[in-house]
Parts: sequence; C-alpha cells; structure tokens
Amino acid sequence: MAVKTLTIDDQLISAREEQTVLEAAREAGISIPTLCELHGLGDIGACRLCLVEVTGIAKLQPACTTRVAEGMVVVTNSQRLQNYRRMIVELLFAERNHICAVCVANGHCELQDLGLAVGMDHVRYEYLSPQCQVDLSHERFGVDHNRCVLCMRCVRACDEIEGAHTWDVMGRGTASRVITDLKQPWGESQSCTSCGKCVLACPTGAIFRRGSTVSEMERDRWQLDFIVTAREKKQWII
Amino acid sequence: MDHIRLATVWLGGCSGCHMSFLDLDEFLIDLAMKVEVVYSPIADIKTFPENVDVTLVEGAVANDEHLHQLALIRRNSRIVIAFGDCAVTGNVPSMRNPLGSALPVLNRSYKEIADINPQIPSNDGIVPTLLDQVRPIHDIIKVDMFLPGCPPSAARIRAAVEQLLAGQATGLSGSDLRFG
Repeated sequence: MAVKTLTIDDQLISAREEQTVLEAAREAGISIPTLCELHGLGDIGACRLCLVEVTGIAKLQPACTTRVAEGMVVVTNSQRLQNYRRMIVELLFAERNHICAVCVANGHCELQDLGLAVGMDHVRYEYLSPQCQVDLSHERFGVDHNRCVLCMRCVRACDEIEGAHTWDVMGRGTASRVITDLKQPWGESQSCTSCGKCVLACPTGAIFRRGSTVSEMERDRWQLDFIVTAREKKQWII
Repeated sequence: MDHIRLATVWLGGCSGCHMSFLDLDEFLIDLAMKVEVVYSPIADIKTFPENVDVTLVEGAVANDEHLHQLALIRRNSRIVIAFGDCAVTGNVPSMRNPLGSALPVLNRSYKEIADINPQIPSNDGIVPTLLDQVRPIHDIIKVDMFLPGCPPSAARIRAAVEQLLAGQATGLSGSDLRFG
C-alpha cells in the first residue's frame, strides 16, 4: 500500500494512493460540501459542490473523483469556491420547485442543509417553475420530480447495490428527469424489486415513502453503507 | 434615543409570520419601549407613512396592488426586510407558477368548484388583478435583509430585530437561514 503525501488547506496530509482528495480531506477533519456523493455508492462528480483548487491545474477538480497524488497542493475553501458553491445551491433551488415548507423532507433534507452551509439567505436567480409530475403509482413509494436535483443517487443505488437498474435519466439539461424502466409509471416497472434503496439514498424529498407528510421523511442512510460493507468486507458492522 | 419607526406589511401570505412575531411574548414589551409601530395589519392605520426606519414585509408578490405597495414601501423605508419564506422565495403562493398564468387558478377556484353563481370576480380598482407569476419581493425591490422560515420562529425574529436595534443589520447566519 503506497502512501502519498499532499497538502490540503495548508495541512500536510498522508493518504493511501487509492484514496480521493475528498476521502483524504475527511480523514484529516477537513469538511468539503457534497451532494451527489454517498458512502457506499460509486462517485460521479455530478453535483460540482466538492470542486477544489489544485495547484498547477487551471480547471477546478471535483474532490470526490480526484485521486491523491504526491506533492499535490489543494485548496478547498477559497472565496472563489465559496462563491461557486453558493451559486450551485441557488441554481438547484431555482431549477425545480423546492417548496421547503410543504416538503416531506423539510428538516431532514441535504439540499436544505447545503443552503445553510453555503450561507444562502435567498436565491438570486429567477425561479424556472417547471411543470413536474408526481408519480404515486407504486404501492409503497412515490417520486416527486419537483424536488429532484438529479444527483443520480437513486440510479446508482438501484444499479450498484440492488442490481436492478430500474432508475435512469432521460432528457437533457433542465428537461432531464429520472425515470423508472423505459419511462413507465413506477408501479408498472417490471425490474423494480421494491427494495427501497432509492428511498434511503435520495437527499431531498424527491423519493419518499407513501403516506409521509410534511417533515416526516427521515432516512436511515447507514443501511446502504451497512450492506456495501457487509458485501465487500464481510463485516457486519454499523 | 428616538423610537425606531417600525412598519409591518402583509402581502401574499397567510399572516403566519405576523403570528410568529406575536410569539415574541415578553420581548414585545421591551420592543415597545424602543419602537413605534407606524403601520401594520394589526394596527388601524390606513396609509403607509413616510420616513419609516424598518419595514418587515410578509408574503409574496401575487397581485398588482402588491407591486404598488412595494414601490411605496421601498421609497419610504430605510431598511426593508423580507419577512418569512413567501417574501424570500415565493413559497406556497408560488406553487401556482408552473401553471403558467393566473387563469387556471381563477377558473378552478371560482368556476369549476363553485356551488352557485360561478364567475371570476373582477372589479377594476377594487379587486386587485393577480399576476401570472408569483415572485419573491427581492425580484421587485432592493431588500436589505432576509429573514427566512415558514414561519420564522420567534427566536429567529428576535435575532434579526436585535441586530436592527443594535444598528448592525449584518444578516442572519447558520441555522437561522433554514427555509421551511
């Protein structure tokens, strides 16, 4: 196991060579905001919240998919990054209809938490107010596209952990939507095993247990990590 | 010290933010020593006065009367605070925005589900016309401070008011910024 030495926010850090900048930073107690990342799922660098500055590279790099390297110098919290992160969170709020006050995930929502983390007191961009469907055809779960941030956690949990690949994404840009099977109603999906892993993974109020009302949708996210650790390391630990 | 001239306004909202303001309980007595309420839906004052120090605006911008009021409020107020989620984000009143215009809402409310006499109320100069899109107040006028929450808790309102009393409206931070 080779060890790499790098600098993150002026701290000298040793990390294993297979680790990402995000993992190394977390081990060193340096917090970087994330949204699409979820322990147990493959990293895709989709949400861009964990972007960091790496000396010698002009473009900002997502910490979740950038491997550590010897002598790397990383800055995680410059004014520029703080400005971009707030912009990203505001754009997520502006893109769909996130009405926190009437959302099943109110108070237990990672998007809402990010708003606090980046100091968002209002959204400076025009709200797009798109027409979004709510699919309640599944007998146990529902999906509300008004609240979806396209983090792809449901897609990855379903594909990587459950192995069903019921979820995917169709469309482009602001017209992108998560779909079940070939855009059939969720309740008519033949591949869905009703395991509920997508419900555990969803960071917002987009995927929820039916019957949940405002603020009731809490999730036991540790269960996904538990399954992955048990499968990969044969360790049944919480 | 002169009393701070305080106004509170209720646009397109449910008045829950004003209810939460009343939840300040005993602090209202301390506040009464320092502020003079010059305009409010809970005071019988008909016109928005001039030379207001601080105005708390509850509610989203939903009709043409709100546009008119906001222009007057901004002109006559030193500090304007977006008071609660409807003022800050549009919130529940903005849930009609995806329908594209006010007409589907009016049709549904006054025609489709009417038991008797289905018609859309219209009376120029008396019933304000709904805007096609409900907007947060910072879309219309400059806002000096944002006080989110649905409603903002009394503790959060107090935190904002205490900043104003101290003459340092630096804005809220941390968990006081949570929407919803």
